[in-house]
Amino acid sequence: MIMGECQVTTETKTFEPKIAAFLCNWCSYAGADLAGVGRFQYPATIRTIRVPCSGRINPLYILKAMANGADGVLISGCHPGDCHYMSGNYVARRKFALIDSLLKYVGLEEGRVSFSWVSAAEGVRFAEVVKGVTERVTALGPNNGVFKVQDGGGTNE
Amino acid sequence: MVYLKYKTGGEQMSSIVDDIRATARQLLTDGKVDVVIGYEKGSLPLKATPCFVRSPQDIDKLIWDETCENNLAAFSTLTEGKKAIIAKGCDSRALVVLLQENQLVRDDLYIIGVSCQGVINKKKIEAETGEILEASIADGKVTVKGMVCDKEYTFTEVKDASCQTCRYPNPVLEDIHIGGSIDVPQQAAVFADVAEMENKTAGERQAYFQEQMSKCIRCYACRNACPLCYCKECFVDCNSPKWLTGGVDQAENLFFQAGRVLHLAGRCVECGACSRACPQDVDIRALNRKMSKDVFTMYKHESGISMDSNPALNEYSADDPEAFLVKE
Repeated sequence: MIMGECQVTTETKTFEPKIAAFLCNWCSYAGADLAGVGRFQYPATIRTIRVPCSGRINPLYILKAMANGADGVLISGCHPGDCHYMSGNYVARRKFALIDSLLKYVGLEEGRVSFSWVSAAEGVRFAEVVKGVTERVTALGPNNGVFKVQDGGGTNE
Repeated sequence: MVYLKYKTGGEQMSSIVDDIRATARQLLTDGKVDVVIGYEKGSLPLKATPCFVRSPQDIDKLIWDETCENNLAAFSTLTEGKKAIIAKGCDSRALVVLLQENQLVRDDLYIIGVSCQGVINKKKIEAETGEILEASIADGKVTVKGMVCDKEYTFTEVKDASCQTCRYPNPVLEDIHIGGSIDVPQQAAVFADVAEMENKTAGERQAYFQEQMSKCIRCYACRNACPLCYCKECFVDCNSPKWLTGGVDQAENLFFQAGRVLHLAGRCVECGACSRACPQDVDIRALNRKMSKDVFTMYKHESGISMDSNPALNEYSADDPEAFLVKE
């Protein structure tokens, strides 16, 4: 999955970010579904990747999404206490806190990678979260290359 | 500050070496172990080499001094049979983590604990003197004859950065202790170096790490020196999914280093073997120290100091911090 070049159209100069969204099957994915069924509008910036549980999200997924050119990453799972597998998101929470801190430490801008809990009943909230994330990533502009591999990762000089 | 005080008084390095050799000889002749993992004099000055002693006649190869910088726990998982291993404070912490993760069998392991006053970082010296041609250590002084110039250092000046902040110079797990132990004042972990970096702006940090990562040649010496990088297949070697392309790219170097640090989250024992092994002098330590600080501040966890505690990421609590959540 190559996200490709950022879309800056020369005529309008509008930047529409591409955001990789890792959503847990039981809550956030269902929340996104509810947003669709309920026809709550949100920007078409996210590319949804359904994962069984937020605990299944390998830290490398986040880095790889950005290496492949994603302008932002959204990670969402069940609220703590509501995990379908009892403790998956508790385990994930510790990982996420450390990843978030490390990414900021190496100079990734705040807002490039976002974490949120969205339940299956929160269709409206899912739309709000995506709106907020899209606004922040749009304000930041295209992937600044901290993790983005140039030239599709060939043997460029 | 850490200062040296031998409990038995007046003991010297040489008697520690004698005791190590005597213990190793006893273990091998009694058939208690198949191999003793220790250090021998290396082919380069100021650098000892790991050494695997399988028969009593090789025992006199074993040495112990400030040049014994490898973390021998890295070899414990690769060595078959019953093994005795010479362990500094950090080596023993790595062994504890390996035992917790079921990578070692306690009954097959005999830990010869030695208190460590720190090891020499050759790169600090070579930055000034050029390639080291000859060197000697005596009375806390390191005398170096280099390609560019000759110089004399005090041991403290050339001590490795991880030894400067070491809080566990004495082995935390051992079957026998050799020599005296080192008094360490009880104090909480201090992360002044990390705090200094955190106080810089995001742009400055980004520039710093880009500069550091542009030096990395992805030789994976850091991974190979690390006692806790024991995966049969490392993510960097994995073809499916192909995490890294293998191309020359500074962003990919950061991907590798960040990925490695994340894999060591709550496990890294800060022995500094990765930084010392790095031929390009990449500041790997800056990333590992940040991770240690976060694990310590968020989860009050220090890796490998007790067999009773679980690794930080194997546990959770209902009130773990959630500062990472997106602000709505």
